[in-house]
This record gives sequence, C-alpha cells and structure tokens, in this order.
Amino acid sequence: MILRIALALFAVPIAGGLLAGMDRIITARMQRRKGPPLLQPFYDVIKLLQKEATTVNMITRFFTTFSLCFTILAVVLLFTGQDLLLCIFAFTLACVFFVIMGYSGYSPYSFIGAERELIQIMCYEPMILIAAFAFYEVSGSFHVEVVWKLDQPLITRLPLIFLGLMFILTIKLRKSPFDLSMSHHGHQEIVKGITTELTGVCLAMVEITHWFEIIFSLALVYIFFVSSAAYMQVLAVFICLAVYFLEIVIDNVFARVKWKNALKISWIVTGVASLANFVILGLL
Amino acid sequence: MVFKMKFIKKSPWILHYDGSSCNGCDIEVLACLTPLYDIERFGAINTGNPKHADLLLITGSVNEQNISVVKQLYEQMPNPKAVVAIGVCAATGGIFKDCYNVQGGVGEVIPVDIYVPGCAARPEAIIEGVVLALNKLERRKSPRKDA
Repeated sequence: MILRIALALFAVPIAGGLLAGMDRIITARMQRRKGPPLLQPFYDVIKLLQKEATTVNMITRFFTTFSLCFTILAVVLLFTGQDLLLCIFAFTLACVFFVIMGYSGYSPYSFIGAERELIQIMCYEPMILIAAFAFYEVSGSFHVEVVWKLDQPLITRLPLIFLGLMFILTIKLRKSPFDLSMSHHGHQEIVKGITTELTGVCLAMVEITHWFEIIFSLALVYIFFVSSAAYMQVLAVFICLAVYFLEIVIDNVFARVKWKNALKISWIVTGVASLANFVILGLL
Repeated sequence: MVFKMKFIKKSPWILHYDGSSCNGCDIEVLACLTPLYDIERFGAINTGNPKHADLLLITGSVNEQNISVVKQLYEQMPNPKAVVAIGVCAATGGIFKDCYNVQGGVGEVIPVDIYVPGCAARPEAIIEGVVLALNKLERRKSPRKDA
C-alpha cells in the first residue's frame, strides 16, 4: 500500500513529465522539426518556479493548489485500487476547482477559457460515469483492484465503452480538435484561455496537474486491458503508450472545432457507443 | 528569496509584438519556428501571452497608437524579462522615421536589451539575438515576490 502511494506521489509526475516531453518531440518530428529535449517540461516548470509570480487575485493560487491536490488524491486512490467512483469524484472536484480558478482572474480570456472548460467537462463527464457503471456491471464491484483478478480483461466485454472513453480522452488530454479552453499550441484565439492570468508558481502547478491528468487518463485505459494474466499486465502498459501515441497523431491531424460541435460530436459518439455496448451486454 | 535564473536559458518563452513595420521582420520571426530553423529545439515557445513570456520580440517602430500597448505588454511580463528589438525600424524607426505619427525606435518607450540589425533581419540573426538576450537574462536575479 505504502509502495503504491509512493509510486503515485513520486513516479507519476516524473512519468507524466517524460510523456509530455515525448509528446513534444513526436509532435515536432511529425512536423519535420527536431523538437525540444526530452526533459523540456521539467525545465519549463523549474523556470516557472523561479520566476516572479504576479497574482491578480490571491484566491487564484488557492484554487490552483486545490486542483493539484485533488488530482493527486484521485491518482493515489486509483493506484491503491480504491472505489472507482471516489476516484472520479475527486478528479471532477479538481476540474471544478480549475474552472473556479479561471473565473477568479479578471481577464475576459480567462472567463471564456473557464466557460469552455465547463463545456469540456459537460462533454466528457457522462462518459466517465458510464464507464464506471459499465465497470460495475461486468466486474460486480466498483473497487479498482478487482481488475487484477479478472480472467478476461474488461475490453472483451466493453469494447464500445472503451471506444467512447478513448474519444473523451482527447478532451481530457487537451488535444486538438478539443483543446478549446487552453491549448499547448501557440496562437489560440483566446490567448492562453483559462491560464491567461497565471504566472510563475501557479502556472507551474497547472503544468504538474496536467502531468497527473495524463497518467490518470492512461490509468483508465490500463483498467480496460489488465487481467489476472501476467502478460496482460505488461501488455496493458504498452497499449496505454500506443493510445497516447494515437492521441498525438489526432492532435496533429485535426483542426480545433467550435464548442457546439464538440458537445454534439462527443455526446453522439459516447451515447451511441455506450448504449450499443449495454444492449450487447444485455443480449449476451 | 533571490535565485539565479539557471533554467530560463533552457526554456525561453517568447512574445512577439508587431509595431508599425512592413511585416518583413515578422515573417522572419515566424520563419524561426518553421522546420528549417526550429527555435523550439532550444525550448523556446511562441506564447501569445505577456504573462507567460520571458522575452519580448518587437518588430517595427513605435507610433502614437501603440505606445501604450507596448508599455502595457512590457509591464505585464513577470520578472526577469528581456526585450529584443528586431530590424532597423525597431532600432531607430528606419524608413518610417520621418512619418508624422512615428515616435522612433522601441528604445524610446521601453528599455531594450538587444538590437538585431537588418532589413529584414535574417532568421539566423534573430536566433543569435535571442541567445544573447538569454545570456543577459541568466545573469539577472529573480526577486520571486508577489506583486
């Protein structure tokens, strides 16, 4: 247990940062550029910690800190095999704090970013809850540790639910075409969206939160592929990496959509996929 | 607390502002991001946000209309920060110097650290200017205090 908590607290941000670094290199190679060094996200965060922190509203730092803390809590709960619903609620609470942080700035760009972040939450939240419900239907428990004892991985019973989850991962990983509230690419129409007002330590915390979010999202993928077989437990890690690579490809291929389209597309895809999966589960 | 800015050299985030220029230098600045020059290999990002930026790249001269904009952008950038004036217009006003609304170079309004010569400035010269500005920036100390 202590080992798993230590893993969630120390290995997860390092792995998340390395994945973010890999992301930037792969993106650069896809655009026929050389790209930054692998450790670039860490350099960025250390620089931000050293820079002056100008805060327009002191409460901003409070909400940013809470967003980071609840994201860490969600990852710790997931890694220790606790209740999946509790993980999701902790994760959602972190997202809510992040939105309030956006509203606590005075910039209109920050406001628009916060509104779009809310819309993004509307896009992906139903699917995450449906995935948890489907998890319960198949495994008979909400406890994550059950997946380690399954004979067959969840993907064999829930392939369409997994497709829906993969769709919303694009939103959660802040990848194009759904990077509405804040984009990692330059020249977004709303400056830097929800993070426009942030500087120094606060921005560094947002970056670290994103590293945790990456691992949390990929851990949800891992849950679908892991089973009691030892080879599946290793294979699932590689599948997670493959999913992340696919997200990078999607990020580079698609242009940003409008918020109405994002909402429509995500609800239609996740709705149809999950409904079809439940119908098939009922027939079997 | 006083820190020496060791990591700023590895992660310079850039804000690009176009004063009143012919857009020649702007195109060259953007050329630095393209596969041929790829300034991101030094960790540089073109942010559109002064609050995230470490370096302010200004092309073109300042005029009556954009003096307040340039000042505001500079003031919104958190310390430590540096300004690179790109092209002859940003240095002295260049070919537009005698226009009725042109004030002159960027140095008239905000302190400039590095002047990059050229009309238009070559991407190689711009990258060298950025590297020189970073060397200056690294020696500056961060106050790291809440404003």
